Amino acid sequence: MKGRPIVRDIVAAALLVALILLPVYADLAGDQFTLTLFTRIVVLAMAAVSLNLILGYGGMMSFGHAAYLGIGGYAVGILAFEGVVSGFAQWPVALAASALFALVIGALSLRTRGVYFIMITLAFAQMAYYVIAGLARYGGDDGLTIQTRSRFFAPLNLGNRVQFYYLCLALLLAAMVLVWRLINSRFGLVIQGTRSNDTRMRALGFPTYRYKLVCFVIAGTLCGLAGALLANQADFVSPAMMYWTRSGDLIIMVVLGGMGSVFGPLFGAVALLALEETLSGITEYWQIILGPLLLLVVLFARGGIDGLLRQIGPWRKRQEFTKVGA
Amino acid sequence: MTLFIEQCLNGVQFGLLLFLLAAGLTLVFGIMDLVNLAHGSLYMIGAYFAATFVAWTGSFVLGTALAVIATLLVGMVVEVIVMRRLYGRDHLDHVLATFGLILFFDEFVRLIWGPDGLSMPLPSWLLTSVTILPGISYSAYRLSMIAVTLGVAAFLYVLVMRTRVGMLIRAGASNREMVGALGVNIKLLFTLVFGLGSALAGLAGLMQAPILTVQIGMGENIIILAFVITVIGGIGSVRGAFVAAILVGFVDTLGRSYLPDMLRMVLSTDAAATAAPALSSMLIYLLMAVVLIVKPEGLFSAGGK
Repeated sequence: MKGRPIVRDIVAAALLVALILLPVYADLAGDQFTLTLFTRIVVLAMAAVSLNLILGYGGMMSFGHAAYLGIGGYAVGILAFEGVVSGFAQWPVALAASALFALVIGALSLRTRGVYFIMITLAFAQMAYYVIAGLARYGGDDGLTIQTRSRFFAPLNLGNRVQFYYLCLALLLAAMVLVWRLINSRFGLVIQGTRSNDTRMRALGFPTYRYKLVCFVIAGTLCGLAGALLANQADFVSPAMMYWTRSGDLIIMVVLGGMGSVFGPLFGAVALLALEETLSGITEYWQIILGPLLLLVVLFARGGIDGLLRQIGPWRKRQEFTKVGA
Repeated sequence: MTLFIEQCLNGVQFGLLLFLLAAGLTLVFGIMDLVNLAHGSLYMIGAYFAATFVAWTGSFVLGTALAVIATLLVGMVVEVIVMRRLYGRDHLDHVLATFGLILFFDEFVRLIWGPDGLSMPLPSWLLTSVTILPGISYSAYRLSMIAVTLGVAAFLYVLVMRTRVGMLIRAGASNREMVGALGVNIKLLFTLVFGLGSALAGLAGLMQAPILTVQIGMGENIIILAFVITVIGGIGSVRGAFVAAILVGFVDTLGRSYLPDMLRMVLSTDAAATAAPALSSMLIYLLMAVVLIVKPEGLFSAGGK
């Protein structure tokens, strides 16, 4: 944003610093719970970042994104169950399986648009859910406990909470940089063009179907990686992690944080999960507050947290470019 | 053979039940251009109302009738308070807002009725079985479900195609502003349509109540099937929803009962036992994929309402 300091950038920077320093606090305060919670937040933020790529920038309203969490997670879980504990084997399989699923689902779903697309991605994700819930050998509905976390080379030990947290954070930041680089590339401009006007992009000679499919596969693969991390974080995988309401949670994170903004999904993930923690501390029936809150965000705060932060501050002059900006 | 006929009837019955849900979804979408994920919540509310009212009144017929009316009212209230503000907005807004409604309704039900499920006993006159063909008997309750849903389908057809309200509904679907400009109270019409869709969902829910347990989240599984049906049938088309619902009901029911045997002919017993449940739950999605490859807009895309 041309070096103009705005409130949002300050908040984003502060959040990043806080995330980087968090294990120090956890160590000093002896607060392991917060570290575990934030590991989870960081991993889900990564899933939200990947969803934002297709939802925020590409305008593809996928309602089946949690499927990749499950596929990536089960790739790790099943391989660990069968005795393959090396991360060098598990993670590529997780990525490849997610990419393949995204390719098949995307190839079919992208033939349609609008509501059809929402419902079809939703239905295919449910199909994946039922298939995995039907795998009796791997626990079926009850899920699968992972005995050993993915093993990598010597100094890196995923069993160590702090190391694992930093690995997740590093991968999240890498994913955000990747998305940022991607959307500012020629490819990303085409993708954003299809969001505004697909017909016009096709008239300009872009094979938009192929562009969108590639984008869809990238997002799915990235989310598969988040799934592999999530499996390691929880030491457990179950079909519940890919139930359709989980996809809804991911959409909430993206929209709550601010669609089509690189930091938005991170804001959203932190806000939603922190809100869940706080509300569930207040009342057992916390969703009765969260539901209407969501309604209010939809009705009155379309730009999400990112949009609200952009509106604060005297430095902001005009609204130009805010939609495309990082 | 007996079993086959029975399974076919089950398929029809399940399909008709799904039609009730899909019809409401597709009407609301076709006319208000609104994606309503919370449709499953109204299905759940209908079942809870029925279980409660039947217990209160002691009469199955009176209790269920009250439950349908109550769900209709809940639907209309939801339309006035929330849905009305969503018309003309992005579909993503609909998805999010109605997702918020699901959270709200689930928790609301937990607050009022508690976390444990309810059960709804059938009256004795519905617990019998009827001989439909020599040697073949079928549950009287399931048979009456078929009758009621067919009656509702016929009612919907007459309402939409043969009455003044139906004419307005069809006109509203093709051009909202024009109908409003001609002096029709379009707001009231939308409230009524949403209420009708809700009542249909509630009816579907209360009919399932004696067969399954009435529990929180019961609408969240079945609503996906209703989505699949609206997609196969063509969004906005009630006729498409009917055809697709029967198709899905058949494929799902017959797939579940015969696929394991068919697989056993090809695969080893072990492999078949593993693959069958996964494959049979995939069947309807495969059906949807095939329909979409052939006709991306569904079997009866817009226009044929």
